Amino acid sequence: MTEQATENRTAIPVTARVSLRVNGVEHHLVVEPRMTLLDALREVIGLTGTKKGCDRGECGACTVHVDGRRVNACLTLAVMQDGHDVTTVEGLGTPENPHPVQRAFVANDALQCGFCTPGQVMAAAACIAEGNATAPHRIREWMSGNLCRCAAYPQIIAAIQEAAQADPVDPAHAR
Amino acid sequence: MPADTGFDYVRAADTAHALTLLDTPGAKPIAGGTDLVTLLRSGVDRTPLLVDLAALRGQAVRVEPRPPLGGPGIVLDALARMADVAADGWVRATYPVIAQALELSASPQVRNLGTVAGNLAQRTRCPYFRAEAPTPCAKRSPGSGCAARRGVQRGTAVFTADPDCVATHPSDLAVALAALDAEVLVESRAGERTIPVTEFYRPDAETVLRQGDLVTAVAVPPVAAGSRSAYLKVRERASFEFALVSCAAEVVLDGCVIRSARLAVGGVAGHPWRLTEAESALVGLELGAPAVRSAIDTAFAAADPLPGAVFKVELAARAAVRALRAAGSHR
Repeated sequence: MTEQATENRTAIPVTARVSLRVNGVEHHLVVEPRMTLLDALREVIGLTGTKKGCDRGECGACTVHVDGRRVNACLTLAVMQDGHDVTTVEGLGTPENPHPVQRAFVANDALQCGFCTPGQVMAAAACIAEGNATAPHRIREWMSGNLCRCAAYPQIIAAIQEAAQADPVDPAHAR
Repeated sequence: MPADTGFDYVRAADTAHALTLLDTPGAKPIAGGTDLVTLLRSGVDRTPLLVDLAALRGQAVRVEPRPPLGGPGIVLDALARMADVAADGWVRATYPVIAQALELSASPQVRNLGTVAGNLAQRTRCPYFRAEAPTPCAKRSPGSGCAARRGVQRGTAVFTADPDCVATHPSDLAVALAALDAEVLVESRAGERTIPVTEFYRPDAETVLRQGDLVTAVAVPPVAAGSRSAYLKVRERASFEFALVSCAAEVVLDGCVIRSARLAVGGVAGHPWRLTEAESALVGLELGAPAVRSAIDTAFAAADPLPGAVFKVELAARAAVRALRAAGSHR
């Protein structure tokens, strides 16, 4: 239940306590119910790797993993993810030890401006773990939630194929 | 989000708690949030209270014996994620039309959030209804008219029963469920009731749900032995797009002769459109016969599209023929 129930709910914002485990670190936040997970990650926790593109679920730039599943952080409220495990691109790999998908994106030049890349990388890591990165046509279909305005799609497909071969399906994620 | 769209938020502990909360005027249930969050952000929806149903989530798909009907049917949990239903082995083997409709819906990210009940209860994608700037729309402002009548009409209905609204309902799942004669289970503090998916929507693409109602499950009856099914979706790009038209087909064949057929078309009305007349006319025809097209045409005789949607009548009829033949040639 939110902390202040007010007479005029639409005029005075109410707030709620939320605990999020982000990249293995507990965060205790007080946010308005209308704050999206995306805004909580970027504006409250300060993890700006997750990008805000369309802010309505159409571009995939905000893709993060919640309890291991890829989701659009702009389509869910922070309060709805209380107690859940969130992984952002900051938690996927490090500059010294990049995730296989990150390594493959660099090797295949799978970006130009780079704005969509964190979302592409998070979606790609999930796509491989789900077992959906088996062939180019399947990768295209299962990556259709991520747009790239620079149209680096051929290189993105190549990178995902390469990473999928380097990093066989994680049986824990295969469904 | 606009500054004036604050709302309260409560996590329901169980169904009884949810039903009490949902009796609050204007209160809305939220599950995946993929539709409601965008409507709240754009100011189209101004609920004072969100009731989060996450704690009510049960087993996604239950296989249930139905002795009077022969084989077992299935019950989809209202809170089941689209991705989980699509991945279910029993669904894929017995009701391929459901798995296909779901996997042709939205994107993998959205399917990991979106739920069965949320998908069925989503609002129309009509761009005038969703516009952030004020625009004539009978849903938004009763009596203001309909901007689609003078605007872009590709997404409008071809069976236009409501003079004030030509919206179509965007759910692919609803089309598949309509073809399978599925029923929506609804609870409220007044009791439980069952609504056939074909009667779950009004002509203006809104559901028949009332304040205080909660969808708890969707029951899909057993299919006949030898049942085959398929979903065909026609859209403006290859993936991650709503349907211009779509068709769910379920058929039982005797060799290559149609013994029974069920067809529902999406994108042509405020609700999934069962091709009832065609279904009777198809019985006894060979699946590949030219007469299949004439039989399907009988169900479109009453179409009354706006000028910009006339092409969808032909498109829908062809989609129905293809979906039927695709279903028949599966397995």
